[in-house]
Amino acid sequence: MTASRSRTIIFTIAAVLSLVGLAESTYLTVQFLSGETVVCAGSTGCFEVLGSKYARIGSFPVAGFGALAYFCVFTFAIFTAFGYRRARTFFSLTVCAMFVSTVWLLYVQAFLLHAFCRYCLFSAAIIFFLTGIVVASRPND
Amino acid sequence: MRRYLPFIIVGVVALLTVGSGVLLYRAHPPTVLKGGNSANISKADADKLHVRGDRDAQVTLEEFGDFQCPPCGTISSHLDDLVRDYSPRVRLIFRNFPLPVHAHAAQAAYAAEAAGLQGRFWEMHDLLYREQLAWTKAPDVLGLFNAYAGVLGLNLDRFKADMQSPQVKEAVEHEHEQGAKRGVISTPTIFVNDVGVSPQSLNEAGLHAAIDAALKGSASSSPKSK
Repeated sequence: MTASRSRTIIFTIAAVLSLVGLAESTYLTVQFLSGETVVCAGSTGCFEVLGSKYARIGSFPVAGFGALAYFCVFTFAIFTAFGYRRARTFFSLTVCAMFVSTVWLLYVQAFLLHAFCRYCLFSAAIIFFLTGIVVASRPND
Repeated sequence: MRRYLPFIIVGVVALLTVGSGVLLYRAHPPTVLKGGNSANISKADADKLHVRGDRDAQVTLEEFGDFQCPPCGTISSHLDDLVRDYSPRVRLIFRNFPLPVHAHAAQAAYAAEAAGLQGRFWEMHDLLYREQLAWTKAPDVLGLFNAYAGVLGLNLDRFKADMQSPQVKEAVEHEHEQGAKRGVISTPTIFVNDVGVSPQSLNEAGLHAAIDAALKGSASSSPKSK
């Protein structure tokens, strides 16, 4: 397999993953902004996490920043897949920033709130996959 | 063409994301029915009342409820349906009547009242009934009420202070006393235009019948209806 072809495949996978994260975080943002609470129905952990002070920055939900970050990752992944070399650096930087944020949010859930939110865990899984792509893909791919 | 393809893909995804977000926001059904206050109740009392439905409704459903009582949770959704179905002829007034046998009922009532001080009584009311099974078993029920307040976008510091405030506790106690004076001993107790509905009729059909009778009564007694 040529480097160009493997790069296309790897970053297309990254783009698809970030699309899933984008859909989830957009959904959470809209639910937050519309005041809908069904999103957590039956899950006390979800309420404890999404209702905590850590779930927002000012009056804007953290999920909204997540949606923005996922969109950036998607954009950089698509451009990298199409051979734009500089986009790869931005992709790596954004994913690294998201990884650090995710570790912080997991710490908050585990040690400060003692509760976990299913949406946050799903998003964390996506970001770990994306981080894996950053680490595993060779710079000349 | 290939040169522009990534721009097109990113643009399409951006449009789809914003478009679906707006659609989702607009499609979000109104979970809370709101309304004005009772016309035949004094202004001071009316300001404290929790009214759902039209202010000029002919029929008033008055519920004495306990957030920890399972039948209250069940009947709550029926009452909402009735207010919707009969709109604008029926309104609902909710009054707190926490029973001492329910360990967290009073705190739940305080939570709803505290949310009401920030204009979100009905949102908290609906949430408490919907999540009743979850919070009644929670080890830290106050923490969970704070989380509910957070999800509803309330000012958390104010909510916590209001939950402990004499103003909120007095409001709940006042409603409880009013209920006791009117002979309420269990929940839910429902009055339709001040006439108590028997426990056997506390179902959809029974409430429909009671409302229809009240509408008939108010139509025959009102000169406007002719």
